[in-house]
Amino acid sequence: MTAPVLDVQGLTVRLPARADRVNAVENVSFAVTPGEIVCVVGESGSGKSVTAHAVMGLLPARQLTVAAGRILLEGDDLLTKTPAEMRHIRGARIGMIFQEPMTALNPVMRVGDQIAEVLDIHTKLSERERRQRVLDVMASVHLPEPERMIDVYPHQLSGGQRQRIMIAAALVLDPVLLIADEPTTALDVATQAQILKLMKELRERRNTGVLFITHDFGVVAEIAHRVVVMQHGRVVEQGATQDVLRRPRDEYTRTLIRAVPSLSPPARASVADAPVVLETKHLMMTYKAGGFFEKRREVKAANDVNLCVRRGEMLGVVGESGSGKSTVARCIARLIVPSDGAILIEGADVAKLGTRALRPHRKRVQIVFQDPYRSLNPRRSVGDAITEGPVNFGMNAGEAVARARNLMRLVGLDPDALARFPHQFSGGQRQRICIARALAMDPEILVADEPVSALDVSVQAQVLELIDDVRKRFNLAVLFITHDLRVAAQVCDRIVVMHKGEVVEEGTTAAVFAAPQHAYTKALFDSAPGRNFEFGKFDQE
Amino acid sequence: MLTFILKRALSTIPVMGVVALTVFLLLRLSPGDPASVIAGDYATAEQIAKIRTQLGLDQPIFIQFAHWLGDLMRGDLGVSIFSNLPVTTLIGQRIEPTLMLALTTIVFSVVVAVPLGVLAAWKAHTWVDRAVMVFAVVGFSVPVFVMGYFLIYGFALGLHWFPVQGYRSPFSEPGQFVSHITLPTLALSAIYIALIARITRASVLEVLEEDYIRTARAKGQAEIKVLLRHALGNAAVPIVTVIGLGVAFLIGGVVVTESVFNIPGLGRLVVDAILKRDYPIIQGLILFFSFLYIALNLVIDIAYTVLDPRIRY
Amino acid sequence: MTESAGAPAEIGATLFGHWRPLAARYPFVVVAAIIILVFVLAAAFAPLLWTTEPLALNPLQRLKPPSALNWFGSDQFGRDVWTRTVYGTRVSLIVGIAVAVLSISIGLFVGMLAGYIRLLDGIVMRVMDGVMAIPGVLLAIALVSLSGASLVTVIIAITVPEIPRVVRLVRAVVLTVREEPYVEAAIAAGTRLPQILIRHVLPNCVPALIVQATYVCASAMLTEAILSFLGAGTPPEIPSWGNMMAEGRAFFPIAPRIILFPGAALALMILAVNVLGDGLRDRLDPKLARRV
Repeated sequence: MTAPVLDVQGLTVRLPARADRVNAVENVSFAVTPGEIVCVVGESGSGKSVTAHAVMGLLPARQLTVAAGRILLEGDDLLTKTPAEMRHIRGARIGMIFQEPMTALNPVMRVGDQIAEVLDIHTKLSERERRQRVLDVMASVHLPEPERMIDVYPHQLSGGQRQRIMIAAALVLDPVLLIADEPTTALDVATQAQILKLMKELRERRNTGVLFITHDFGVVAEIAHRVVVMQHGRVVEQGATQDVLRRPRDEYTRTLIRAVPSLSPPARASVADAPVVLETKHLMMTYKAGGFFEKRREVKAANDVNLCVRRGEMLGVVGESGSGKSTVARCIARLIVPSDGAILIEGADVAKLGTRALRPHRKRVQIVFQDPYRSLNPRRSVGDAITEGPVNFGMNAGEAVARARNLMRLVGLDPDALARFPHQFSGGQRQRICIARALAMDPEILVADEPVSALDVSVQAQVLELIDDVRKRFNLAVLFITHDLRVAAQVCDRIVVMHKGEVVEEGTTAAVFAAPQHAYTKALFDSAPGRNFEFGKFDQE
Repeated sequence: MLTFILKRALSTIPVMGVVALTVFLLLRLSPGDPASVIAGDYATAEQIAKIRTQLGLDQPIFIQFAHWLGDLMRGDLGVSIFSNLPVTTLIGQRIEPTLMLALTTIVFSVVVAVPLGVLAAWKAHTWVDRAVMVFAVVGFSVPVFVMGYFLIYGFALGLHWFPVQGYRSPFSEPGQFVSHITLPTLALSAIYIALIARITRASVLEVLEEDYIRTARAKGQAEIKVLLRHALGNAAVPIVTVIGLGVAFLIGGVVVTESVFNIPGLGRLVVDAILKRDYPIIQGLILFFSFLYIALNLVIDIAYTVLDPRIRY
Repeated sequence: MTESAGAPAEIGATLFGHWRPLAARYPFVVVAAIIILVFVLAAAFAPLLWTTEPLALNPLQRLKPPSALNWFGSDQFGRDVWTRTVYGTRVSLIVGIAVAVLSISIGLFVGMLAGYIRLLDGIVMRVMDGVMAIPGVLLAIALVSLSGASLVTVIIAITVPEIPRVVRLVRAVVLTVREEPYVEAAIAAGTRLPQILIRHVLPNCVPALIVQATYVCASAMLTEAILSFLGAGTPPEIPSWGNMMAEGRAFFPIAPRIILFPGAALALMILAVNVLGDGLRDRLDPKLARRV
């Protein structure tokens, strides 16, 4: 085996006093050899990002300090370097890219200058040579028309293009090590697939060692040579990708891998005979942009959308960001007024009803949102949140509280916690509270707008189970909005795929997953990371 | 770009309209009768009636407003009751000291405050930062005339470094101008420096949390360049905004400072007019200062497009 | 993050419950609060603080330097500067608190309406922009000089230019909060608009408004002093700090203390209120703390 470019030995990073544990990272050891992609995988709080930042020498001063260990870059201990020496290493010998390409680039600087900045810092090239180097590296990450793109500002580029700029800046000096901190998490699946492909290609061509931080086992299966699994700041298991994914030795690794939803839908009882509860007909939502001086533009966020959901059925609405799936959800919950079309709730059209006429229909449709941290008013107790709706509709307070207690038990929380405030709960618990709040209204339709995408994979599985459970228990019609094909495959009876405001494909989950018809759906399925890998089927079992 | 400037310029029209209407109503609807106020305590009923006719106060309020607005459009701010000179002429005579004082203050404040704010952000939560912030909150709290008198007490009466009061034109006596304008500038700058230093510190600190700062560090950029090139560049918009909004404080401060240091500028003009109830002057100067403020903030709005490419034009 | 989201009850506990850690963490704020308390007590018990009659003239005691009889000396009419400085506290506090309460209440009402009713928003905000464009001190001077000097006029005159900033603040909070998922969830649960405003929007305005109230209070005390100093403020017979300084101007070269004592009191009071405001802002409204 060749000598590793990066060798982390017994790394321990101390948290500030009064944190919930002593060390952010404890006794972590792993290595990256040239041309190898090592994925560090773990849930939030596992210490994977801290590890990456420690290698880079970018730990926030005064908050996190390295207490023990060595970080060897080509045999050279980075922890003994002065800040000035580290500056010479960063950008030149180690490149780094980050999660949010939207915010990782300086918005007031031309992208070419941001790549050239690296050359500025580390080399003494002339203006002309520098420009040429920038153009070359932009071409090598497959940015179209580098000559034109070199002078644009970040906001003029798409998310994928920005991430390519980041990669170009990280690789312009041919570093021996590239650290990628969740580089595709903020991107759409299709873009993610392209960026992953690019990273594989660059590693091959330049023989760079890659330290890849991720929470997504699909990405791991797609790209990693070796995997390091972290939990609570410790490495629980590491090894070659196939070994770890197929023959995990550690119980936590097994739980994590098992929690990855499979892309093959399980068999589901048919609800085709149940009555239709919710139906949209030619639903349209158009936004007008532009003002007095600019030309008026129309954005069709939802265009001629026809859906129907039966009692006890879970309908998945799948699409990328900007596909219009959330717009449809918000129209159905009547948080916005659709421009045209009908929304039939048990036959009654609520699309254009005014505030007063809408009121009786309000309780029939309830919604659960994506962000558990913003879905509950931080200044009101959980009990107030759950009882608010029933009390609005005339239930007396005592009865409402009794009901809230029952619902808390139902969603798996302590009924005595009603007096507590949202910040005392974790993300998954908050999402349970939001589900309880929706159920308190005794609705017929539950709209779940990306309810698990902000949650860790193990929590995600539990919340999905809860949603499916309440669907069965209350015979609810559920409209399940998601961008995640894996999640859709597991919980939905039927699926509609949306693209640019339009429904491009519709069918039972089993049928759509087995044989997608529309070109867009096919492309979407092809981009799903780890699609060729069946998670949770371990060899020993 | 041109349409953007035009658009922004047009958008100030309703604001100026509101200002004009407010100033008009302010003086017409206030409980005191302007005519009898102007006529003085010993005026006869005829004298008051005469002044009322003279000012057009006997006409319906809409007609008064229309007349007044028409005059305003032609750049006519009315005539002083006591000196019988047009208000525009008076403004022309008195504008130089005020303009000079405002300019020296703005330049001095920005030159001192921005580096102070950046320094405080860079050394955040250290004694350097705390010292700058204590200085800023003190500067924000000591009233400009108290500051003026303390300065006179120390540097003019005590040390005799500067004259106690007065003004000299920079065009005829540059040396004297400097020694006369120093203390007023210092007194007036305190609040402005405090304001700008605080916003600079806050904006730079906020920008330092951004992901692209981490990116710059990951490139191996030196801390000082991260601060000046990336952080300050992105903090420029809020800083410039506050410089513009701070002009409102500045205008109030100029009026007081000119009184303390006996500078014959617009501030003294307005104070004298108030004491004499010369109300066309009061009205004219309030309008003048408001329009100046609106114009300045318009220029700053346009400057944003240079500072931040994301702002569309 | 989670700390800032604390319930009002909790904030109350940390603000008033544990004095020692508070004093250790925010020494300036605690000192400022004590200074304000001293001023408030001085205002309340002015007659008991070895003062004489604030308006009592004493022609034999004109322009005397500080002594056992006149701690801060006497002015050109032989009035005791200590007495007048103590009584001046009353004027400053009354004006500061009245203006803060008035402008916050009016601003809150107008701001909520503007933030929630699209139709009103455009008009209200144009008017606020217009009022903001008029330099506050000049507007107040004009209002007082035209309506005749009295404490009530002064309070109203200072309140008017303070309102737009409160309106803008409240409107900004309303516009952010109304987009929050928890407000949308409340709408979906059939909560009516007035309840949404009271239950969800108002509590989110309160921290920012408490902070703003202290700043308005400081600014109002400052403006009152400026108005009085320029001769367009509280009537001259009321012993306000601004009036004292205005009257002392002619004698500044020979008796600077007539100006310096009330000037220092004014500066100290405003400083203390501003520091308290900064402390409250750091505690109650960390997001705002990072903005300014």
